[in-house]
Amino acid sequence: MGRYVIRRLLQMVPVFIGTTFLIFVMVYAIGDPIAAMFGDRTPDPATAAAIRESLHLNDPLWSQYLQYMAGIFQGDFGTSFNGTPVVELMGNAFPNTIQLTLVAFAIELVVGLTLGVIAGLRRGRLVDTGVLIFTLLVISIPTFVTGYVLQYFIGVKLGWAAPAVSIDVTLDQLLLPGIVLAGVSLAYVSRLTRTSIAENLRSDYIRTATAKGLPRRRVVTVHLMRNSLIPVVTFLGTDIGGLMAGAVVTERIFNIQGVGYQLYQGILRQNSPTVVGFVTILVVVFLAANLLVDLLYAVLDPRIRYA
Amino acid sequence: MRGAKSATWIAGAIAIALSATACGGSSGGSGAQAGFVRANWGDPQNPLEPANTNEVLGGKVLDQIFMNLKEYDPKTGEAKNAAAESIETTDAQNFTIKIKKGLKFSNGEALTAKSFVDAWNYAALATNKQKNSYFFSDIEGYDKTSPEDGKPTAQTLSGLKVVDDTTFTVKLSKKFGTWPVRLGYKAFAPLPKLFFDKHEEYLKKPVGNGPYAVESYERGKLMKLVPNEHYAGQHKPKNKGVLLQVFTDSNAAYAALQAGNLDVDDDIPAEQIKNAKNDLKGNYFTQPAGIYQAVTFPFYKPEWNKPGMEKVRKGISMAIDRKSITEKIYNGTRTPMVDLTAPVLGEANGYDKNMCGDVCTYNPTEAKKLIQEGGGIPGGKLTISYNADKDSHKQWADAACNSINQVLGDDKACVGNPVGTFGDFRNQITKGEMNGPFRAGWQMDYPHIENFLTPLYATGASSNDGKWSNKEFDKLMDDAAAETDIKKATEIYKQAEKLVIQDAVNIPLFYQNGTVGWSEKVSDVALNPFSVPVFSDIQVKS
Repeated sequence: MGRYVIRRLLQMVPVFIGTTFLIFVMVYAIGDPIAAMFGDRTPDPATAAAIRESLHLNDPLWSQYLQYMAGIFQGDFGTSFNGTPVVELMGNAFPNTIQLTLVAFAIELVVGLTLGVIAGLRRGRLVDTGVLIFTLLVISIPTFVTGYVLQYFIGVKLGWAAPAVSIDVTLDQLLLPGIVLAGVSLAYVSRLTRTSIAENLRSDYIRTATAKGLPRRRVVTVHLMRNSLIPVVTFLGTDIGGLMAGAVVTERIFNIQGVGYQLYQGILRQNSPTVVGFVTILVVVFLAANLLVDLLYAVLDPRIRYA
Repeated sequence: MRGAKSATWIAGAIAIALSATACGGSSGGSGAQAGFVRANWGDPQNPLEPANTNEVLGGKVLDQIFMNLKEYDPKTGEAKNAAAESIETTDAQNFTIKIKKGLKFSNGEALTAKSFVDAWNYAALATNKQKNSYFFSDIEGYDKTSPEDGKPTAQTLSGLKVVDDTTFTVKLSKKFGTWPVRLGYKAFAPLPKLFFDKHEEYLKKPVGNGPYAVESYERGKLMKLVPNEHYAGQHKPKNKGVLLQVFTDSNAAYAALQAGNLDVDDDIPAEQIKNAKNDLKGNYFTQPAGIYQAVTFPFYKPEWNKPGMEKVRKGISMAIDRKSITEKIYNGTRTPMVDLTAPVLGEANGYDKNMCGDVCTYNPTEAKKLIQEGGGIPGGKLTISYNADKDSHKQWADAACNSINQVLGDDKACVGNPVGTFGDFRNQITKGEMNGPFRAGWQMDYPHIENFLTPLYATGASSNDGKWSNKEFDKLMDDAAAETDIKKATEIYKQAEKLVIQDAVNIPLFYQNGTVGWSEKVSDVALNPFSVPVFSDIQVKS
């Protein structure tokens, strides 16, 4: 297990370098950020030259990338164009996004799995059809629609929850955005679980377990669930990264100053250090989540062994 | 069993992570303090240095925490003395500026003539990378502190001299009689010693001399402004302070306003304007701002600059039905343009509703005739370029094209040409790569006609995007600048404006409005000429 983890960690290094380089090239290929800084005005040549020099924009791209990477390994992600260090932005943004992600993830896990298991066990019945229709609805409505609709009715009209999250983010305020963010993934989780459960319900080991007289509860929770969860865990693992990066829409609607918002603003303002910095961290999150998923396989299915 | 054991570990880790964030989340509620005005804000694009702030979000703060030599009347837009006792000149080139005695910064430091001179020198030095540095380019010595090529050869502007604690003199590189009008622009703010000695500390908590002082500033989140006890000006705050809250999106702020979690919102989303009056129970108004949208032409392309093309340009302008566009698309939050300045200026500062006349009036038959007389649209096809990333310019560009196409009876004559990002759009403009007409909006720096002409139409000026050049216009601008009497100067500027319109240098479209909505907790909300709420006048109901 240990050797496997080390091998995987080593594999991450080229992936990390490759992805960050691609992002770096893409962000800097958008164009010269200087012109946008001056609004509807031609930049003063002396000032533009001084800014260009301070951002190393005159150096070749590979040299800029090396300087940037050297900075990262010393914990310096550069400074956004308004003078705030990107590390400070991350310090503000990531706690908010992680909280939101956890809330959404918890909702997704509890509701999604429950619906999936119930539908799977009662395949073809009314409950199953109900879950199918519900998930179809959730998948087909875009996030920003559910976001604005729930914000208006639950937040503004009924006043049950704050329509916009306050500066000091609290968990109860994150419930509504969490539901919106979890929506689509929740539908996928319940569908995956349903199929997997329904399939495994007919397998030999379930029949054996039932035949040896185990109570149904135990058959379902220990034997059936554990074996049915592998595809779901794969999905959930990659979804953690997806939730963190994909909260762009939800975070803007509900005023959560997290990663999605910083990325959106960074792109809009062509703030390259912010964009590259945040995406770099997201790459790490994705890589870590993937590793975690692979390790979880071994936990769920004793037949899988890593050596 | 090995699997089950590690499962417990992982479950444990998740539980710990969850409870840790729960603890972190429960600290502190939102800052709803009695007597404070809670206002919508966004993260400024630049550090909060006066000469480095060229957009509204930073400007909103600087307006509250700085008092300049001049300030603009919220109603008439007139430039009045604020920190200045007097600004005098006899030749429109050498100015003697006396400031009021006993002025102080909010940290108690004395404000002297040196506070201004040091600040302006800092702004003009290229190595300080201040984005508003060109505002100082009229002062003698700017070519040494910010030379076009190479390193600065002087650290300070030779045109600035401190005479005594309350007096300093300014020498401009050429005559410019209305120069003092621009001194209300925040780039000209005085700066305390803290700014130069402990710059990082200043940026964390800016210190100024305005009606409000910064009490605390959480970058990107919240700024708490309280009345500045050392403030000696006319606009003493009528409330206990202002909480500027950063919102991620104008819709989020609007929702918070409706739910009573926000008091003043000056960024009502366009799609909500129709409902705003009802939603907010009348606590809403809109007024024209010092911002307009127009379309200009690439005069560096011979096909757009040859004789006869002025007729085509005029014809295109007359083919656009501004009234329908502003009513149908913008619900009356934009007003068709009738001159090249803005109504907020008032007639005293150069606004003239009869200036544009026929050229800005929709007249399909005349338009078609003029375009044909002038030789038709070059290449038979017109593209209007705009940046597609913000402010939904697509709406009006498509509508204007539609209007032109209907007049010409050819639905392919004009099409919108979106450019992905604002940066790319600006790059194409500054490099002179535009092939057809393109968006040329303007947002005023200070409310005077001069600010609507010099930067946009003078030969080689910084926002002369079409690179239009006209000797007669330049001559009139010089004449106006040599005038020490502001009224007379304004009249000459208007003659110059007339030239721009006659040549149809650009197609004026519409003035943009400022909007503001407020909660039932506050009253006396107004917008200044820059569409920033006049915070010092707002009263909070107890």
